[in-house]
Amino acid sequence: MKAEPKRMGLALVLLAALTVPVLAGAARQPILDGYAAAAKAGDAAFAGFSAARGETLFQTKFAAGDAETPACTSCHTDNPGGTGRTRAGKDIAPMAVSKTPDRYTDREKVEKWFGRNCKGVLGRECTALEKGDFITFMASK
Amino acid sequence: MTWKTFALAATTTIGLAALGAGMSGVRADDDKGGKRVRPVTDQTVIEECGACHMVFQPAMLPARSWVAVMNGLADHFGENAALSDDKVRAITDYLVANAGDAGGRPNRMVSGIAPGEAPLRISDTPYWVREHRGEVRPGAFEDPRVKSKANCVACHRGAEMGSYDDD
Repeated sequence: MKAEPKRMGLALVLLAALTVPVLAGAARQPILDGYAAAAKAGDAAFAGFSAARGETLFQTKFAAGDAETPACTSCHTDNPGGTGRTRAGKDIAPMAVSKTPDRYTDREKVEKWFGRNCKGVLGRECTALEKGDFITFMASK
Repeated sequence: MTWKTFALAATTTIGLAALGAGMSGVRADDDKGGKRVRPVTDQTVIEECGACHMVFQPAMLPARSWVAVMNGLADHFGENAALSDDKVRAITDYLVANAGDAGGRPNRMVSGIAPGEAPLRISDTPYWVREHRGEVRPGAFEDPRVKSKANCVACHRGAEMGSYDDD
């Protein structure tokens, strides 16, 4: 009986460790669903997001954006699990969901950053397909 | 050595140390509580401004500068930092209320700025320039570990908490 509190504590820690990513995943899904609906509305042949396309988007160097930020990797490093750095020298938490579990769980925040950074890197807004692919890639990392 | 000569030697040493401190740019006004600036306490300001750079203390620029900065977020030093209208309003209100000339009393960091000027960068203010001139090698700001004059914490470790005593 003496072991009970200890076991309970362990169970709680395990529960918390399992619950955080599960809850984050649950918050991420509606955001992806929203992009999926928009992608389908734009193209009836839309057949789901692709982590491979998301990786290409992440690694590609574009010519139409700002000279200092031709690619996502300019600030985020080419490793999705790596700690990035802003132009002002501040660290950016890894984009990979395995490293930063609460990434892509706040719709307003997700839209804010795609809105800012797609213009800076691609020189235009990202499409719903690109946003969904990007998140799908980062969720797989 | 008698205690008297020891006391004299000690006094001289302290005197020289104080002189040395004076020569490194620490002025009398800094001695009152040191180089401390009230840190930001507003959560929206901490989150939104702090996502990309150190959370600069609003006391380092006059209100007119903060208004100009917040009106130009779509091109914020070459970066798109656009925010929703309600966040822009809330952040501007906080920065203006805590600006270096709030209440019509300019502090030592903004008093040297010409009335018609609204510098967008803290590092363009006469106070900042004076404090770093001669003390910091110009090339130091290009060091990859520093990267930018906006990265105060690279040298002032307690900058975000408003402590600039360490120079």
